[in-house]
Amino acid sequence: MSGNLVEIQGLHFAYGKRPILKGIDLSARKGQVVAIMGNSGCGKTTLFRLISGAVKATQGTLKVDGLNVGDLDQDGLYQLRRRMGVLFQFGALFTDMSVFDNVAFQMREHTDLPEAMIRDLVLMKLNAVGLRGAHDLMTSELSGGMARRVALARAIALDPMLILYDEPFAGLDPISLGVIGNLIRRLTDTLGLTSIVVTHDVQESLKMVDYVYFISEGMVEAQGTPAEIKASGLPFVHQFVHGEEDGPVLFHYPADPYPADLRLSHA
Amino acid sequence: MERTTLDLWVGLFVVAGIAALVFLAMKVGNIGTFDTAKTYSVTAKFGNIGGLKVRAPVKSAGVVVGRVGEIRFNTQAYQAEVVLNIGNQFKFPIDTGASIMTSGLLGEQYIALEAGAEEKMLAQGDVLKITQGAVVLENLIGQFLYNKADEPTTPAK
Amino acid sequence: MPERVIGGFRKIGHRTIDGVWRMGVSTRFFLLTLMHSGICLRRPQLVIREIFSAGVLSLIIIIVSGLFVGMVLGLQGYETLQTYGSEEALGILVALSLVRELGPVVAALLFASRAGSAITAEIGLMKATEQIAAMEMMAVDPIARVVAPRFWGAVISMPLLAALFSAMGIFGGYLVGVVMIGVDDGAFWSQMQSAVDFREDILNGVIKSVVFGVAVTVVALFEGYDAPPTAEGVSRATTRTVVTSSLAILALDFVLTALMFRGV
Repeated sequence: MSGNLVEIQGLHFAYGKRPILKGIDLSARKGQVVAIMGNSGCGKTTLFRLISGAVKATQGTLKVDGLNVGDLDQDGLYQLRRRMGVLFQFGALFTDMSVFDNVAFQMREHTDLPEAMIRDLVLMKLNAVGLRGAHDLMTSELSGGMARRVALARAIALDPMLILYDEPFAGLDPISLGVIGNLIRRLTDTLGLTSIVVTHDVQESLKMVDYVYFISEGMVEAQGTPAEIKASGLPFVHQFVHGEEDGPVLFHYPADPYPADLRLSHA
Repeated sequence: MERTTLDLWVGLFVVAGIAALVFLAMKVGNIGTFDTAKTYSVTAKFGNIGGLKVRAPVKSAGVVVGRVGEIRFNTQAYQAEVVLNIGNQFKFPIDTGASIMTSGLLGEQYIALEAGAEEKMLAQGDVLKITQGAVVLENLIGQFLYNKADEPTTPAK
Repeated sequence: MPERVIGGFRKIGHRTIDGVWRMGVSTRFFLLTLMHSGICLRRPQLVIREIFSAGVLSLIIIIVSGLFVGMVLGLQGYETLQTYGSEEALGILVALSLVRELGPVVAALLFASRAGSAITAEIGLMKATEQIAAMEMMAVDPIARVVAPRFWGAVISMPLLAALFSAMGIFGGYLVGVVMIGVDDGAFWSQMQSAVDFREDILNGVIKSVVFGVAVTVVALFEGYDAPPTAEGVSRATTRTVVTSSLAILALDFVLTALMFRGV
């Protein structure tokens, strides 16, 4: 084995006739934090659904821990998912449960651990995200950043080998944003996980990741370590990193010439 | 919600629901009269059963002793055959008579048993010999008008 | 004009195909729910929670409505029956109307709007906020964990609610007929008992309420599970639950009544 936990080669995916991914090559080594970046609608989230087996690729191979995800049946997929943690965009905490029950959810569903042990484990996980004191709050009482941290505690509940983060920074204030970024890095290092972060927050993620893939129009446009990316001369990467309005990614949606649309040409 | 309070409420709800069912069965319905009790059946033939229905009560001296089990039409005798299911605890002499009566002027119809005097008792499958069919209201009215017409007009004083 | 006619036909065709599709998918969904119901026996606590939200929380509306329906039946029935001089039959009228028809039907209609809509909204929102997807990602089947307990909780609650409705209704009829108007107490009950049959009337009423409970719950669960994950999608699905399940209750009631009471 090459030490790659996730290995993707020539991956294609289409919703009906609309192609979303057109030949992606991507890999994540064990213990790394890998970021997948791109502008909105470039297929990041689809890639993420492919890795977790929610949808199947039309072409190409996708291996997680040596298993070909596309070939797994429902049971195999569920076996694999038990070793994966997922952090959803807005946490996706169960609203009818307390913080404690949210974190305990997977332990209760998948193990026969006695309640006393579950209690200890849950408090340990919550302690790791700094929210041990909030265990008896309801999820509706949490702020956005706290909800994200609880969701993170829930994602690491069964000590997974891989965690997928779907836009972990979306809609957070700068303090919470830094907290989450640091948590991702720290948990990856201390628990020996592998993390794949789908995001478009360049500045925050460049601070903490090991490797970055830029995806545009369903293809890998650029890749490299944060230092390489910052130094990159590629116009797309430059536009993305510096947040410029116009560049390879156009400000205007494709349209007829402006005067023609306003019917000025024949006047 | 605390688990114990939840359990308590659900427990109360289930008990109340079952109590309502029992209330319907015992107080509103007629369970425990003859549905579960053992019965024997005898047959009675009538010229006219009027509006008698299956499951109509069979009474003797006004007490319900059984129910009508089945109503058939005999194509040989051109008569109605009514099967009566009578509770095992009610024994009747073999010469008992059955007649179809109406409770109230327009009420439901039932079968009234008039006990006879024989020593021998009715058994499963016996046929009642003495029967009196339903009184048809139209015939009754017709008879009444006929009699009325026959009467001499009120003599002048 | 021809285009409009063709357009009309096309719309009918579309609606028909859509309707058949939904029926097929919801039937499959129902069977899937039954297949994944084992968890309800292993962890009865899940079902108890749902009996609470479907049954206990519907108690107030069921009891109050039952009482008033029975009281109205008592008043109206008395007015009609006294014209024929048979006020004593009031007990029969109240009990038979409630046990055979009004109990199961009205209780199910109330249940659809109280518990059915809540189920749809809850599952729709769980879907919209990715809770269902999160559960799948945690290798927990949402059909087993979310749908099946709600199904059994509601199906168990429904006949109990219908029985409570009928019992409260008969009590309401008794209050108006006997206590207020002064129909003879003994006649009220004894006539009722001689006319209401356990198997023909009460048991059939219970069967009806079980069938309605299954229909309402399947509609509510399916609409919630199928709702587009947006605020508008969930609100539309909730409306559809109430409309579809009410129509289903009334149509099923006709079919069941025709099957059950034909011979009598």
